Amino acid sequence: MPTTMIAGRPIDVNSEGFLTSYDQWDEALGATLAGLIGIEMTQAHWAPIRFLRADYPARGETATLRRVSQVGGFAIKDLFALFPGKPAKKMSYIAGLPKPKGCV
Amino acid sequence: MQRLVILGGGTAGTVVANKLRAVLGRHELHITVVDRDDAHHYQPGYLFMPFGIYNTSDIVRSRHKFITDGVDLVLTEIDRVDPTYKTVHLADGRTLSYDVLVVATGVAPRPDATPGMQGSEWGNSIHEFYSLDGAQKLTEAMRRFRGGRLVVHITEMPIKCPVAPMEFTFLADDWLRKHRIRDRTDLTYVTPLDGAFTKPVASRELATALTDRQVGLETDFAVESIDNDAKELVGFDGRRIGFDLLVTVPLNMGPDYIARSGMGDELNLVPCDQHTMASLAHPDVFVLGDGGTLQTSKAGSVAHFSAEVFVANFLATFRGQPATHGFDGHANCFIESGNGKGMLLDFNYATEPFTGEFPLPVVGPFKLLKETRLNHLGKLAFRWVYWNLLLPGRPIPLPGAMSLAGKRVEDDVSAAATGMPTAVAPASPTPTRPAPVTKPARPRLETKPLVTTSAKPAAGAPARKAGAPVPAYESRTAVNSTADPAVILPDPIIPKF
Ligand SMILES: Cc1cc2nc3c(=O)[nH]c(=O)nc-3n(C[C@H](O)[C@H](O)[C@H](O)COP(=O)(O)OP(=O)(O)OC[C@H]3O[C@@H](n4cnc5c(N)ncnc54)[C@H](O)[C@@H]3O)c2cc1C
Repeated sequence: MPTTMIAGRPIDVNSEGFLTSYDQWDEALGATLAGLIGIEMTQAHWAPIRFLRADYPARGETATLRRVSQVGGFAIKDLFALFPGKPAKKMSYIAGLPKPKGCV
Repeated sequence: MQRLVILGGGTAGTVVANKLRAVLGRHELHITVVDRDDAHHYQPGYLFMPFGIYNTSDIVRSRHKFITDGVDLVLTEIDRVDPTYKTVHLADGRTLSYDVLVVATGVAPRPDATPGMQGSEWGNSIHEFYSLDGAQKLTEAMRRFRGGRLVVHITEMPIKCPVAPMEFTFLADDWLRKHRIRDRTDLTYVTPLDGAFTKPVASRELATALTDRQVGLETDFAVESIDNDAKELVGFDGRRIGFDLLVTVPLNMGPDYIARSGMGDELNLVPCDQHTMASLAHPDVFVLGDGGTLQTSKAGSVAHFSAEVFVANFLATFRGQPATHGFDGHANCFIESGNGKGMLLDFNYATEPFTGEFPLPVVGPFKLLKETRLNHLGKLAFRWVYWNLLLPGRPIPLPGAMSLAGKRVEDDVSAAATGMPTAVAPASPTPTRPAPVTKPARPRLETKPLVTTSAKPAAGAPARKAGAPVPAYESRTAVNSTADPAVILPDPIIPKF
């Protein structure tokens, strides 16, 4: 799997560009990743991203939109406004986490 | 004497009860199965009902007839589990104590979870086929259908038998042609996924099969509500998809007693180990079948293969030996594709479904991901196998662990290659890209022990109580990649959304 320079740091990613290491992420990197997909981070953007980061380690998988809304308390409609089109995928990219498993 | 309580007498619960009773006598182990009623449904049969291929009598059998003598079958609703006191509370007021608990209560469709699904059009132009009642009503609706916009829709993943809506689409296409109304029908497949299926090779092959049939494909659709007046699916992104007949797969959820017991996640699924199926919160609770969080298909074949692993480990522990068996995520699903043909999917945690052949002595090989008559016959034969071999716990000529024999392995698409190495990532001992194997597989009736470490929760995976609050967010200092500077790409890879 490739390693690329992002925000001036070497970062391990998968073939699609999603981070593969939880520990290589910080908020500065998150803001850069958001910029790469045309999103400028505001406080409203950070809240669900921080929820995803906090939720991930114990579960070992990225929260689905349902979990972000039911457990995190964010309205799905708002997430679509903040991360247009594909909020689940965009949020996990910015948070440096794998895409939520669409399941098998 | 040890007491084993099995919640749910469906596919997994029945298999476990029968297999254990065959080996351990009544004086050694007390087995109780709890289910709400005495009607065992062959759920894969629901798919065929709307097309008049099966009727109710092909699908429903008495539950107790399939549970062997010497097992207590208690018919009542489960109210709650108290895992601390190892007690199950039943709706009729009785309680059952256990030493080991098996949760095998599966998942069920929840049309009430989507606003407008059960509005005025429910049962008129809005239908589902994930319950017997739904499949019966849809049978009528198909008979009345004279053409127009037929939309097949998945509300949200995961659903049990994730290929069933695709099969419904293929069968509908065939049925509409035979009734000479295909040219008057717009057939559309609407999915929350970003392709026809999750796994790349299967997604590509199935997308081709849809295109060949002139079926429209609408991806990444997250339904917000259903507008009954306009007869439209309304997406969170503002998309609207009109229908004259909507065949939806409602949200699939575990039963509410899981939530009342504080054991489940937001879909009432019980978080469990990927290889031993032990609940992450309670080591004396095992989750078999659809009701857990195994990262493989929710399917009868998975219920069966994982039940075999559980039984082998249970017997070992019972005899004071180490439990060394580990489930590899093996799923084996026939896909009915219409016109008397079918396809076959065979995969596990580490290997996605590939094309190629599935070797099986005498009747095989079956072609993987290709439409053949033999795969269709395999699918139909499965009903006989289900009632006569699988439920009674008799040996089935299918290997429990997946084999690469015959598979046409493609580069860079293995499931492991796209996943992140994590604490609970499945099948960690398996290499990222498995080498093709040329030796034909020998069917084994025993499950194959995995490398012993895989049977335990992977190191560093702290067991967290389901429903426990999410830890507070902390900002941390990031580390850099340790990759050789010579291989580092100067520019980031930006995903396509
Ligand atoms: C339309 C359709 C097509 C399918 N096609 C296929 C296929 O082709 N191949 C395949 O492999 N699989 C297929 N499946 C999936 C397969 O049926 C399931 O994966 C399998 O039955 C799961 O077994 P289980 O034991 O986990 O749950 P189930 O067999 O669903 O059993 C759960 C049991 O728990 C009981 N229960 C639940 N809650 C309570 C409660 N509160 N109190 C008391 N009892 C309760 C229920 O009554 C039920 O008997 C299909 C499913 C559907 C719906």
